[in-house]
Amino acid sequence: MVGLATFTIVSNADVPLYEANLGQTPKREDAAHLQEFVAHAALDVVDERRWETPQTNLKLVDRFNDLLVYAHVTAGGTRFVLLHDARNEESVRAFFAEAHELYVKAALNPFHDADSPIECAAFDDRVRALGRKYFP
Amino acid sequence: MASRRAGAKTYEQVGLAAWQATEKVNAELFTLTYGAIVRQVLADYEDCVPEANAKLDAMGRSIGGRLIEEFNAKNEQQRCVDFRDTCETIAGVALRMFLGVGGHCADWNADHTSCLVVMETNPLADFVELPERYRDLSYGQMLCGVIVGALEQVQTRATCEWEKDALRGGDGFAMRVTLVGQIDTPYPFDD
Repeated sequence: MVGLATFTIVSNADVPLYEANLGQTPKREDAAHLQEFVAHAALDVVDERRWETPQTNLKLVDRFNDLLVYAHVTAGGTRFVLLHDARNEESVRAFFAEAHELYVKAALNPFHDADSPIECAAFDDRVRALGRKYFP
Repeated sequence: MASRRAGAKTYEQVGLAAWQATEKVNAELFTLTYGAIVRQVLADYEDCVPEANAKLDAMGRSIGGRLIEEFNAKNEQQRCVDFRDTCETIAGVALRMFLGVGGHCADWNADHTSCLVVMETNPLADFVELPERYRDLSYGQMLCGVIVGALEQVQTRATCEWEKDALRGGDGFAMRVTLVGQIDTPYPFDD
């Protein structure tokens, strides 16, 4: 049903920590680059919006043609960005909440450094499972 | 588990009583502090895993040598009669008192000099996932060192190694404790 859902985690110091395509594989060859570009371009908006609310969930922060950009900021300033092509705030909010939980668990691993990519396979599996649950 | 003395409490009961009386710290604080120690040891030995394992073991021994004093002071434990009694005390009482987890002994060998101390859970290993480059790291090695160090203070020479380590693909956590011998205390006076 959902064509597109790309999930990106970017650390407070602008290091990309994790990336996953939770939707269908894009048809156009350059789509992956475009999505990455849009997601990272939205980070500036995220940085402005995060000071306007005490909430971790920033909801819809940006759009590019038919791509909607949702964002979520953890207390430590790590930014979650989800690129999506349908408006369903509720699923996105729930997805972010659960992904946040997974992220906290991964970050508690003593072998994980705050600014190094999350390479843990279990984390990847769980995020993909979440993707299937909320964006079937 | 049959009690060794008629009317005596089981190891489990003694352990729970000791746990009740022990001062507690936050579990996450404890777990993460241990994680930080392991990270620091690895950094100190420049990611040389065998040396880091040895260092953790040595640190554990120093801790064990002191911890046994607290253990004896806070438990009205009578002298252990044999090695079997000792291992049951470690599994049932000491693990509960210091880590808040239950444990039991299993897989004794024929002459009762070696057994498996099985831990229900390992609070040290919460949240931990070993990266590929530290595949051979014995993450909880300090705990083995503590047991060896503590036994050394009560004139028992033993070895202790992780036999099952869930971080390295085992099913659960279990340490193999093997009796090597008694340490004879020489009579201190020149008579």
